[in-house]
Parts: sequence; C-alpha cells; structure tokens
Amino acid sequence: MMKLYIRSASAISPQQTFGDVPFLAETVIYNTPRLAAIEPDYKPFLDPKLSRRMSRVIKMGVATAKDCLQQADLVLPDAIITGTAYGCVEDTNVFLTRIIEQEEEMLPPTAFIQSTHNTVAAQIALMLQCHAYNNTFVHKSFSFESALMDTAMLFAENEASTILVGGIDEITDANYVIFSRFDTYKKGNFTNTDLYSVNSPGTIAGEGAAFFVLANEASANDMACLDAFQTFYKPVDMEQDILNFLFANAVTLEEIDLIISGKNGDAITDVPLDLLEKGLFKNNQIAHYKHLCGEYPTSSSFALWMAANAVKNGALPGLDASIKKVLICTHYQNKYWSLMLVSAC
Amino acid sequence: MSSPVYVAGLGAISAIGNNVAENLAALKSGKAGMADITYLKTKYAHEIPAAEVKFSNEQLAAITGFPAHMSRTALLSSIAAKEALDDSGVKNIEGLRIGFISANTVGGMDKSEHFYEDFLKDDQSGDLLDVINHGCGNITELVADKLGINSYVTTISTACSSSANAIFFGARLIRAGILDAVVAGGTDAFTKFTLNGFNTLMILDREFCKPFDEERQGLNLGEGAGYVVLVADKVAQQLDKELYGKLSGYDNSNDAYHQTATSPEGDGPYMAMQGALKRAGLQPSDIGYINLHGTGTPNNDQSEGTAVMRLFDGNYPPMSSTKSFTGHTLGASGGIEAVFSLLALKHGLVFPNLRFETQMKELPFSPQTELLTDQPINHVLSNSFGFGGNCSSLIFSKA
Repeated sequence: MMKLYIRSASAISPQQTFGDVPFLAETVIYNTPRLAAIEPDYKPFLDPKLSRRMSRVIKMGVATAKDCLQQADLVLPDAIITGTAYGCVEDTNVFLTRIIEQEEEMLPPTAFIQSTHNTVAAQIALMLQCHAYNNTFVHKSFSFESALMDTAMLFAENEASTILVGGIDEITDANYVIFSRFDTYKKGNFTNTDLYSVNSPGTIAGEGAAFFVLANEASANDMACLDAFQTFYKPVDMEQDILNFLFANAVTLEEIDLIISGKNGDAITDVPLDLLEKGLFKNNQIAHYKHLCGEYPTSSSFALWMAANAVKNGALPGLDASIKKVLICTHYQNKYWSLMLVSAC
Repeated sequence: MSSPVYVAGLGAISAIGNNVAENLAALKSGKAGMADITYLKTKYAHEIPAAEVKFSNEQLAAITGFPAHMSRTALLSSIAAKEALDDSGVKNIEGLRIGFISANTVGGMDKSEHFYEDFLKDDQSGDLLDVINHGCGNITELVADKLGINSYVTTISTACSSSANAIFFGARLIRAGILDAVVAGGTDAFTKFTLNGFNTLMILDREFCKPFDEERQGLNLGEGAGYVVLVADKVAQQLDKELYGKLSGYDNSNDAYHQTATSPEGDGPYMAMQGALKRAGLQPSDIGYINLHGTGTPNNDQSEGTAVMRLFDGNYPPMSSTKSFTGHTLGASGGIEAVFSLLALKHGLVFPNLRFETQMKELPFSPQTELLTDQPINHVLSNSFGFGGNCSSLIFSKA
C-alpha cells in the first residue's frame, strides 16, 4: 500500500480543536462520563437557513470538511468518503419517536430525509456541487479505517489524486441512556483526566468529526504522511501483529517517537494495552487520547488528527521529545484493533 | 480494466422467492411479490401494499440457525449470503482469503422500533436484546461470523445504491490483491421506519407500482437480500464450475442536486452509466439489457429515463425494472438486481417490466413488457440510485 499524504486535517471534538487555536494547549475538563463536542460558530461554513434544519452530526461533518478543503486550498476533491458507525442518530431518534407517539400519522419528512447514514457525505457533495465518487462506511469501530482503505485503493487505481475523508459520530441523550444500560460508561460523576488512574469498569462517552484531505503525491504543504494502517478483528496475538506491521513497513520501535494508545479507562478491556505499554512499548513515549475525545466508534479519526498535528508541530504538549514518527495503537473491547503509522514527510 | 473479477456464486431472497431458483422462476412466469402487508405490524396494513418475504421471523430463524429475536435484516442476509457462498464452492479451496462486504440501510431497526415503544414510556424499560444489534455493521458482523468469513469484513450504507457499491468495493479488494474471493451485496428488512419515511415523502403507490409508466404513482417497498461471490482469476480457474460472468464495469457518481430527489436532466445517473461503460471499455450499443433502477416514482423514472435517452441516443436495448416484481428493497436492491442481471446474462433473458401500460410522454422508448428468451446478451447494465445523490451502475459481462 502506498503512502497517503495528509494535506490538511480538521476536527470538532470535546476539546478546543477547531479553528485557529493552539494544538491541545489545555485539556477541557468534564465532570460527567459524557464528553460533548464543542461546536463552533457555523456561519463561516454553513448557510444559516440550511444549518437550522441540520442535526449536530451533519453540521460538525460539513464544517470540518469545508475547513479541511480551505486549509488545503482545494475546491473539489476527487472523492468524498466518510466513516460513521451510528450515522445520523438524532434524526433517527426524532423520526422513530414521532412514528410511535403520533401512531404513524402526520409525520414531517425532514428527520427521515436526514436520517440516512450517507447524509454527511451527501451534504458535502451537494454544497460543493461535487459529482465525484461518494461513499460511506458504517462498520462499527472500523468505519473510519474502511474509509481509509477505500481512499488508499482509489489512489492505487489512479482514480483520484486528492480525497476528502472523515470520521463522524454523535452521542444523543437517548443513546447515552441505552449504552449506559449496557454498562458501557462509568457510573456517577467522573472526571475525564482521571480516565487512566481510576481502576473501574466502563469508559466515557464521546463524539466528534475529523476530516482530512489526503493526497497520493507529496506537496510542499503536507502536515504528515500516513505510511500505513491495518485493522485486526479479534486478534489472537496482537503483539506479534504489531511487530509484523512494523516489519512490513521497515520501521523499528526505536524509530517511533510517540505511541498514541487508545486506552479508554475500562479496567477489563484496557488490560491488553496496559500489557503492551509496559512490555513492547516500554522504551517509547506514550500519549493517550480518549480522555480528550471520549470513546466512540470513529474516535481513531481524532487520533489521526492528533498524530498529524503532533508530527506537523514536531511536538505534543506535555512531552519534550521531538516527534517525527507516531504509531497509533488502539482498540475497542479487545475486538477491533487498529494500527496507523504517521511520519513527517 | 486490469485483471478480471468473475462471479462464481449467487444468492437471493425476496418477495418472489426464497432462493435464486425460485426468484428466477417467478421472473420468468411474471409473478409479482406485492400483497397486503402481512408480517409487519402497522396501521397501513390494508392501505399500502408491500413486497414482504413470505416467512415469519421464527421461520427465518429456524432456517438460519439464528435465535428468533435476531433482526430480520440479519436473517435475510444470512440466507442469501450462505446460498451464494455454497453455490460458489470457494469454501472447498483451502487457504483462500475470503471477505464479506455487505450493505444495508436500516440495520436492526425492525427490533429497535419495537424497543422504542417501551423505551419512550420509561427509559429503563425495553428489552436490550432488541437494540444490541441496531447498528448496520452489527448485521454484517453477525452474518460474517456465521459464515466463518474474517479476512476482510465491512459495511457500506449509501441509501438505495448501497449494495451496488458493496459489490464493486469487493471487486476492487480482489484486484488490489487483498482478497481472493468476496461475498458482496446487501440486505434490508421492511420496517415501520422506512414505510413511514417513504410515506411522508408521498412516493408510495397505493396500488402495485408501475415503473416507467406515464401514470406511475410511486414505489412499493420490499425487502430481501442479494449477494454475488466474486473471485480472482486464479480462483476461477480452480473452481470446477461454470461462471455466471464477470464484473466488467462500475461507477459511483454523485448527482449533487438534492438530498432526496434526482436532477431532471439525470446527471448523476448519466455519469454513473457512462463511467461504468468507460471502465468496461464498452459502447452503449454493446449493452444487451438494462436492469433499471426504475422505482416507479415520478421523479426517478423521469430522471433515469432522461439519462438513458441522453446516453443511448436512439439505440435502446431492452430494459425493465424488476422492482415491478420485488418492490424496492432499498439497501438490498443493488444486490438482488445484480443477481437478476447475472441470470439474464447466463440464460439470455430479458425480464418483463410488469403492469406497464402507457408510454411516458418525455421518453422515446418504453420498457420490455413480455419475457424475452434466447437473447444474445453479452453485457448487462444494472442501475442503483439513492438518497444523497448516490448513483451507481454496474456492468456484468460474459466470462
């Protein structure tokens, strides 16, 4: 698989990440196990008439996509590809609730129209008048990674030279309640910065949108390169899989300046990453990200945004090492593992 | 295009049959699958017809070996995907990297809407088993695990073009050398969510739908699943069987006109068909049959028809919408219609467009109304267009 050049990256997240802000300078503290995306003023990105009818996930997706294109000075990408596990949950909830409460009578169509999983990619195409390839992957914690796979293949097929790709998911009140009933989250009050020090079951809910302009060739303005990525479903020996991944990409752990590890605070499913951090990665600098964005299926897109910015800046706040090469190692429930190798170009 | 990708297996379940043979028999005999709504509980049961698969969830569960509380979307998927996989014989070859690329739009909504009735009264009530597999990806994963497929598994959701995109994504994974074989297509169950959604848009026909008819009044919803098994050249050579054909062309273009409506000029549909022809290295005159998207809504058929008129420019191959049999199966339609297209190719058939009476004023052609047999068909074009302007076309050719 060939290198993907990251021309630009934009994220709306529970941290101050969008617009002209210093890179993760201060951590926004939350005292509940639910982190909410900090939404910007959408006016520069969206017609207010349009945005009034849009749910949060659509607004977040469209705004980060447009910001990304502006940063990359790109008018039309050769493809638009999104990953979202939950899709447009708010609109889905609204329409479902009305069907039941109004007993299938007199329903307004807007929520239904905007409930399909491809709405964000479609709205971007509509706004840009972009007729290019347009796809949406909805495969749980691999949704964003599938979008990256599609991107990499389009480049290899010479079908595209710049692609807009993003990961988007929202958490709604209803879904927070439902996931809580599955004991997904911490109970009671919880502070996100304590995520890795409190040994208790559950994680914290998160959400966000992260978009990228990826290119098949180097330019003068690349933030970083995505050298390689790979997913592993229910791996038997993840340590060996990591070593194989590094070997296949001719990289040693000594060359990795930073590991971005996807621990989410759940005492049970964090064990495999704890073992890796204390074992295989014991000589590496390690940073975490899920205390910043919370846990959600496309949170690896936030990790990629963080890695790209760390490489671009050569630094991550709180670490003194110069950062040129980053390995993202993340998983959800020890079932969906994902590796990404990000380097200075 | 680079190395060919062949079709080695087919699987389908729809309102007109529970397997490929039954679907083919119904297509040949002109037997449509629409009826009064029987299995879905809705106030529209006697008002709006639909094309349901003629099994209860309990019966589907018994066939698949899944528990009966499982989403109908997964039950339907499991039946058609297994049929395709068994038909292909790829499981008999040791060491193949097999993928499962499945599309759907509703996920486990059939169960979630049941859960929500209780949940809205009290957010601590409602059976959690009914929402645990709500996600589109959950449906795919349940079936992949059941089939024992794990080399590459993912889910695509681009509304009604979903499974056409899944099929050619699967083909590209083979070409990229990532997989040797892939089960690709899609599934969707009939739900209150989609029934009410399309009803609010006022595009559901109260009678059986009449695609490409001047008097068409909208679509009938259907349900089902359809899958093809795509294999690399070297796998095709190892399989001791006649292949159905090859995927020679494909395209995904966006109409970029409106969230739900297609442009009057049919720009997206035109680009999708033209792009598929270009990738296949074919001319419009090479196409022997068009399996139209043909939902029966005033907007789609006008837009798609205009695109066909622009592209084929006077030389129209026989064409029909098999949604006049199956209803619109949404995320499954591209998969089911890919199966029908391959059957047309293999058996030299053009399936009839049922209930067509009156020529559309704006079009110079009309769909095929009677079954045609012994046709010299070398290439079939299959169209799938969806909400969000997502337009995809596939071309299947003789192997």
